[in-house]
Amino acid sequence: MSTEFHWSRKDLLGIAELEPEEITAVLDAAESFQEVSARAIKKVPTLRGQTVVNLFFEASTRTRSSFEIAQKRLSADGLNFSVSGSSLTKGESLVDTALTLQAMAPDLIVIRHAYPGAPQMLARRLAAGVINAGDGAHEHPTQALLDALTIRERKGRLDGLKVAIIGDIEHCRVVRSNIHLLTKMGSEVVVAGPRTMMPAAIAKLGVTVSYDLDEAIADADVIMMLRIQLERQSKMLFPSTREYFRLFGLTRARLQAAKDDVIIMHPGPMNRGVEIASDVADGSDSVILEQVSNGVAIRMAVLYLLAGVRQAVA
Amino acid sequence: MSLLIKGGRLVDPTQELDGELDLLIEEGVVARIGPDLEPGEVEATGGEVRDATGLVVTPGWIDMHIHLREPGEEYKETVATGTAAAAAGGFTAVACMANTVPVNDNRSVTEHILGEAERAGYARVHPIGAVSKGQQGEELAEIAEMVSAGVVAVSDDGLPVANSALMRRALEYAQHFDIPVIQHAQDLELSAGGVMHEGEWSTRLGLPGWPGAAEDIVVARDVLLTEDSGGRYHVAHLSTARALDLVRQAKARGLRVTCEVTPHHLLLTDRLVADSGFSPDVKMNPPLRSEDDREALIAGLIDGTVDAIASDHAPHHRDEKDVEFSLAPFGIIGLETNLALCYDRLVRPGLITLSRLVELFSTGPARLLGVPGGSLAPGSVADVTLFDPEAKITVAAESFRSKSRNTPFEGWTLRGQPVGTIVGGRPVEFPS
Repeated sequence: MSTEFHWSRKDLLGIAELEPEEITAVLDAAESFQEVSARAIKKVPTLRGQTVVNLFFEASTRTRSSFEIAQKRLSADGLNFSVSGSSLTKGESLVDTALTLQAMAPDLIVIRHAYPGAPQMLARRLAAGVINAGDGAHEHPTQALLDALTIRERKGRLDGLKVAIIGDIEHCRVVRSNIHLLTKMGSEVVVAGPRTMMPAAIAKLGVTVSYDLDEAIADADVIMMLRIQLERQSKMLFPSTREYFRLFGLTRARLQAAKDDVIIMHPGPMNRGVEIASDVADGSDSVILEQVSNGVAIRMAVLYLLAGVRQAVA
Repeated sequence: MSLLIKGGRLVDPTQELDGELDLLIEEGVVARIGPDLEPGEVEATGGEVRDATGLVVTPGWIDMHIHLREPGEEYKETVATGTAAAAAGGFTAVACMANTVPVNDNRSVTEHILGEAERAGYARVHPIGAVSKGQQGEELAEIAEMVSAGVVAVSDDGLPVANSALMRRALEYAQHFDIPVIQHAQDLELSAGGVMHEGEWSTRLGLPGWPGAAEDIVVARDVLLTEDSGGRYHVAHLSTARALDLVRQAKARGLRVTCEVTPHHLLLTDRLVADSGFSPDVKMNPPLRSEDDREALIAGLIDGTVDAIASDHAPHHRDEKDVEFSLAPFGIIGLETNLALCYDRLVRPGLITLSRLVELFSTGPARLLGVPGGSLAPGSVADVTLFDPEAKITVAAESFRSKSRNTPFEGWTLRGQPVGTIVGGRPVEFPS
């Protein structure tokens, strides 16, 4: 672990505001926690007596499970507070929900919300540390961190790499955090996808924009395929999954353009045959399941670092 | 009853006046303007002499686009609180939009608003009637009925007149009354889901964008319909460079096309959504635009394309705004900050002259709406605003007369403070 650096943020709201040393600190801490998950008894007492609330305003199986496991392995007391279908439908505001939780004196709150800025709103009002587990299409910092940990393990570094991010650049919640993180750490990011899913002025985020899969992945060290959200996709964005796959689906044949040691990532859940062919998803270049394992370590690291700030303040 | 205002700097673009001039009001109208008018006669006849040394004296300001929320949403604002805010902000008159509950699409709602305004007595109120019944965008409202009750323009503001055929008929029919059709220019499909301007900042924040083209397309269509119908068309809260260009071109072709802009679109841009940490008090419709758009609007003030500055004063209750940015209602209030913002940020830096500001605040709106005021030429109605150009203020929403607090300008330190209004020769007293 880096020796001089001290984590001082109460909250983890996004990657945009982080310094490279902070990113490295989280990754280093996560590396030291990976060993816990490999033990027979997967539990350390680090966060014993700490209460963590998982406040999920949107359904999320993967991210929530990952946070829950991280909490259990650190001996924190986790509470799941699923709001979809409870408070909101009763007309309770986010602020009131937050104040209600505050009264129960949690140490950390993990929030997933459909709308950008909701974690910021909570963080401003609550003494508890707030961890953004995805706010709309804005940020999903722990996803970007777990992706970075996976890349660093495989490539030994985060600088000087060419990373291609392919798919629904506009709506996908993991894109912006990944762009911020990778560009801050010195890698080149190319985003590619249909023009209908490319947000205005994305180049201002310091990326190269392409509308061609083959061009984007040429000589890539890392390819991140994004999930096409079939359930919420308007028919105006692309006419059919068949056409999508034809233009932007990653196949073994197209993968030849990338570097020989390219790694393939996907935040999951995958639509096989839509954005990625099964033989690529299951192939030797795929690190998709390593991402999931690293997710637990990253979330342990974030919980640990933020809890440390809480204790220092107390 | 007479009133002599002495020693102020009188600015009236309609007479090309800007200098130390006294103003004599008799029987509710402007009697005389001149240097060093004698107070003796006024005092002898029981009149009042008011010392305006250090103050600017102008034709009364008219905010041609506000929401009074009454009837129906009195928890946000009432005619009384909204007009008190107007008076405190230096306005002698306001024009209130029709999107009340029920909609002001008939004379009984119009008469209710006017009755409440009369009772309050803080400012003239000019109701704007709906273009369409219930603002449904389908059938024309009974415009003649509303005009006979006091409506001065028609607009479905809050919503666009989306249907081209209805817009054509509105532009034709409104000519019977020589009133403008005021458009809230927004293509609802293009802007669907949008909560801020589509651009770099919507991309960074992951918020759905409301592209400028959604405004431009409607203005472009309406200019063509205005050309064919010969009607009078006014763009409410114009916010994009291209829509402004369309207005500029239409004017050059001699069409009766006009527009207003708001202080917030003149002074703020979309990046404030990020800088404010997603504050719902920077969410309005149309949204804060790009810096290029903002600069184009300033150019439009300077070159005369813009006809009026209006606040789009849109009160919302604190509880409604204290939610996620995406869920918050659109709109901010402006009556009590308009002058200081425009004087401090437009006149003091020399972007526009004080005389031009008076045109935008008073003469322009009066001419557009065909209402009294806008000039201090002898014989004009004595609607007058006085303000102190040197007074330093710090915007504090808690001190507003408006019922609502939704301003993005909280804490701004500015110069320029209204110190009084005179409506029909009578100094207005309003709650402190």
